[in-house]
Amino acid sequence: MSGGVDSAVAAARMVDAGHDVIGVHLALSKNPESYRSGARGCCSLEDSHDARRAADVLGIPFYVWDFSDRFAADVVDDFVTEYAAGRTPNPCLRCNEKIKFAAVLERGLALGFDAIATGHYAELRQADGQVQLWRAAEAAKDQSYVLGVLDQQQLRHSLFPLALDSAKADVRAEAAARGLYLAKKPDSHDICFIPTGDTAGFLTSRLGSSVGDIVDEQGEVVGAHSGTHQFTVGQRHGLRLGIPAADGRPRYVLSIAPATNTVTVGPKQSLAVSSIHGIRPTWTGEPRFERWRGLAQVRAHGSAMPAWISADREAVQVELDEAAHGIAPGQAVVCYDGDRVIGSATIAVTGR
Amino acid sequence: MQRVYLDHAAGSPPVPQAWEAMAEIGVRPGNPSSLHAAGREARRHLEQARESLAESLGARPADVVWTSGGTEANNLAILGGLAGRAALSPERSQLVISGIEHPSVAAVRGLLPERVREIDTLPSGQVDLDHAARLIGPTTALVSVMTVNNETGIHQPVGEIAAIARAGGAWLHTDAVQAFGHLPLDFARSGVDAMTVTAHKLGGPVGIGALVVRREVALAPIGFGGGQERKLRSGTVPVVLAVGFAAAARVAVAQQAGEASRLGLLRDRLVAGALAIAGVKLNGHGPSSSAIVNLGFAGCRADDVLMLLDAEGIDAATGAACSAGVHQPSDVLLAMGSTLAEASGALRFSFGPSTSRADIDRLLGVLPQAVHRARRAFA
Repeated sequence: MSGGVDSAVAAARMVDAGHDVIGVHLALSKNPESYRSGARGCCSLEDSHDARRAADVLGIPFYVWDFSDRFAADVVDDFVTEYAAGRTPNPCLRCNEKIKFAAVLERGLALGFDAIATGHYAELRQADGQVQLWRAAEAAKDQSYVLGVLDQQQLRHSLFPLALDSAKADVRAEAAARGLYLAKKPDSHDICFIPTGDTAGFLTSRLGSSVGDIVDEQGEVVGAHSGTHQFTVGQRHGLRLGIPAADGRPRYVLSIAPATNTVTVGPKQSLAVSSIHGIRPTWTGEPRFERWRGLAQVRAHGSAMPAWISADREAVQVELDEAAHGIAPGQAVVCYDGDRVIGSATIAVTGR
Repeated sequence: MQRVYLDHAAGSPPVPQAWEAMAEIGVRPGNPSSLHAAGREARRHLEQARESLAESLGARPADVVWTSGGTEANNLAILGGLAGRAALSPERSQLVISGIEHPSVAAVRGLLPERVREIDTLPSGQVDLDHAARLIGPTTALVSVMTVNNETGIHQPVGEIAAIARAGGAWLHTDAVQAFGHLPLDFARSGVDAMTVTAHKLGGPVGIGALVVRREVALAPIGFGGGQERKLRSGTVPVVLAVGFAAAARVAVAQQAGEASRLGLLRDRLVAGALAIAGVKLNGHGPSSSAIVNLGFAGCRADDVLMLLDAEGIDAATGAACSAGVHQPSDVLLAMGSTLAEASGALRFSFGPSTSRADIDRLLGVLPQAVHRARRAFA
């Protein structure tokens, strides 16, 4: 229970369904004040209070589990390391993979519980003795992307009671009807451990500054930067280039090379990617090693792009029907068969 | 499912006699400081309660200073004692406390770090008297050592500390919150200058306590206002709560000896049953309150055991503080020489009038499985 409206309503529905429910809030910082961010983060003291209050209203026990060490190592340090290597990670996905549906689930199972229920919007379906992960009914709320890293074992012990809901407004109305005060609480959108929203500033505080060149595709120096971790592939704003492009058109970050401390920029068409090489594949069920027609998604609210997908034990290869822009190494590519999640991989290399 | 409440040291449900006494006063106008008839009536009840509480404690009525509870009484004793003593003898600026005090005493270390000295704690859970004798001297303004530790239940040698404090010319305060009602207390003969008590640990209402302080001990007020309580503590005293406190104290003191032996048997039963589980140990040794048991569970997080017991209908406590809901290792056990793991794996079970043998057997019936699961989750 994050302290937000979704997990509170999810808990309420589990209680209604007759389950024996215990509310768990995750302490993800040794020093919760440092994450304090009004209602915006998900691990502040106020959020812990709001979660406890919701559990009290529901009449269920409530405990705070301290996963701050695991979170620091598996999510925050991973985030910083990935940026330092010129990649663009998704920490929420990492948190689901390493913390919520791993460390938390393991602890719950060991303590004698059967499953973890969360306020994620995604649907689980039973078929052929397996649990399948599907998109939520309402595309705008669908969170199957950030759950795409879960495997069959994790899915078997997961429950998403909000799956069939069409709109957040309904969940808010339900929260209000249930007397949950947090019904009006705004949604959180930021990375919870960077409540200011200043990702570049956070990374600079962890990685320091190092002045380097911004070059164009021909290797011509067109500007300077103070640290490659301040950039992501596809970024257009904040480049502060001194020399305009020959054709006067906007330029985008094409690639980041921490080894040479160089950021390469170029026109939008150079961002076009039509093949994706992903590593560390995960599968929601049986792996699919044959070449298949599917959909690839590379961002939480990105579009599902038609593609040919193939894989082996080490890697996933995605050939997009139409080139897409701004696909960065480090992002996860989640592969769908229609609306069903098949698996995911971490993008290592992209090609035109 | 009938729940088993084993957290009386956090708060014991009010006894019927306290409710009845409070209901008798009922809702009526009257500020005990007012001169009119309603005020006089309120004052009559308040002073009656003061006389009754004093009698329960072996104190004089004028010694009783009502407060909002134990925390305020401890704060008043510590800060008021330091300021009052400094006004009389400026060379006495040091505070000597034990290493196992409640946060309402111990947290003064953060406020006045250069003025606080801490007495070592023996592995048994008692303060080290030799160390106390070395620390207490001509610069000591005030000594504060609790009578019964709130986490382990271990009795502290307050009589011996009183002799050391008297020899060193220091004032002595004791936090007797966990002792009142569980041990016979005789303030006048204790050698103690100030003693903290509170109502809700012995079957009285929450929201009232008292600092019992000898009139010769000139504490300084730590707040300002009407000076209702001996010009030492300001604020209108809640008469109804004072009456409830006095009534609960009368009951607790009258039943103290019988309850102590009854609960002592339950304590022995719990300890024997729990120690039969591998990797469980008793924290603290020697004379102890019959109402508090502190058990260490090797290879567990205490809050996991707590949660599993909660799910089985048993209310226990970790005893130590939480920070943002996260259970912290016990400072008391750390002071006794426990490792960080040991100090993170302890639970407190505390008894009161409602505690029965059936309660202990319920706990012993589910404890092995809870410990087993908590260990599985910790591995």
